Amino acid sequence: MVEPSAYLLLSAILFGIGVVGVVARKNVLIILMSVELMLNGVNVAFVSAGSYLGDATGGVFAFMVMTVAAAEAAVGLALLIALYRLKETIDITELRILKW
Amino acid sequence: MELPFFILFGAIAVGGAIMVVTRRHPMASALYLILSLFAVAALFVLRQAHFLAAIQVIVYAGAVVVLFIFVIMLINVPEDRLPVERVTAMRVLGVIAAGLLLLESAVIARRFAMPRIPANDVGTVEAVGRALFIDYLLAFELTSVLLLAAVIGAIALAKKKI
Repeated sequence: MVEPSAYLLLSAILFGIGVVGVVARKNVLIILMSVELMLNGVNVAFVSAGSYLGDATGGVFAFMVMTVAAAEAAVGLALLIALYRLKETIDITELRILKW
Repeated sequence: MELPFFILFGAIAVGGAIMVVTRRHPMASALYLILSLFAVAALFVLRQAHFLAAIQVIVYAGAVVVLFIFVIMLINVPEDRLPVERVTAMRVLGVIAAGLLLLESAVIARRFAMPRIPANDVGTVEAVGRALFIDYLLAFELTSVLLLAAVIGAIALAKKKI
């Protein structure tokens, strides 16, 4: 039997790798994928906690996180298409028209 | 019997995640993202969460990543116009901050004691459906509003002229 903390540790590692992708990459597509990785790491914690505690709430929360992830991907990619049409770039450092 | 599979699929998930953030071309990242998501689905099966494992494969690997691949092919940035990744002080600091966050959450994960309730079937379609449609019905219905808003937002953003 695997310790519950092993699953939480794996979840933390996946989340941390996602954070590295968000802060260290310039490609907007890869940043969006890293956000998906972070949400997925959180899902590992929810599902394993729900399973160890014998409560279906963990599964319900993971379900909600997946819904939010799908909505976020749809809106994020639509924004990316609109931006690419306007600026012809997917470099995050060139997309700073809101910055003074 | 759980431990060897946990190590195998955990290693695949972490390795795939590392490949996602280190590949130069987004298409390679998307394919490694599918690998990582499938490994996480296998971990859900290990935790007897069969419904969530199926949803993970169908929604994440089947819909979200396919959407990513569609967009990568649609905008089709040429190889020489991909952003050049340069190591700057700010980004090194960002990676160090992410490492500290990982360290902190690892310490919390080690100290977190969870009571063990063995032999349950909370991951089946029946158990999750019961919780979803009885205890969390309002949240479930609000989810449909969120998805509707996301659909309308995506169409409004990506359309040239409304």
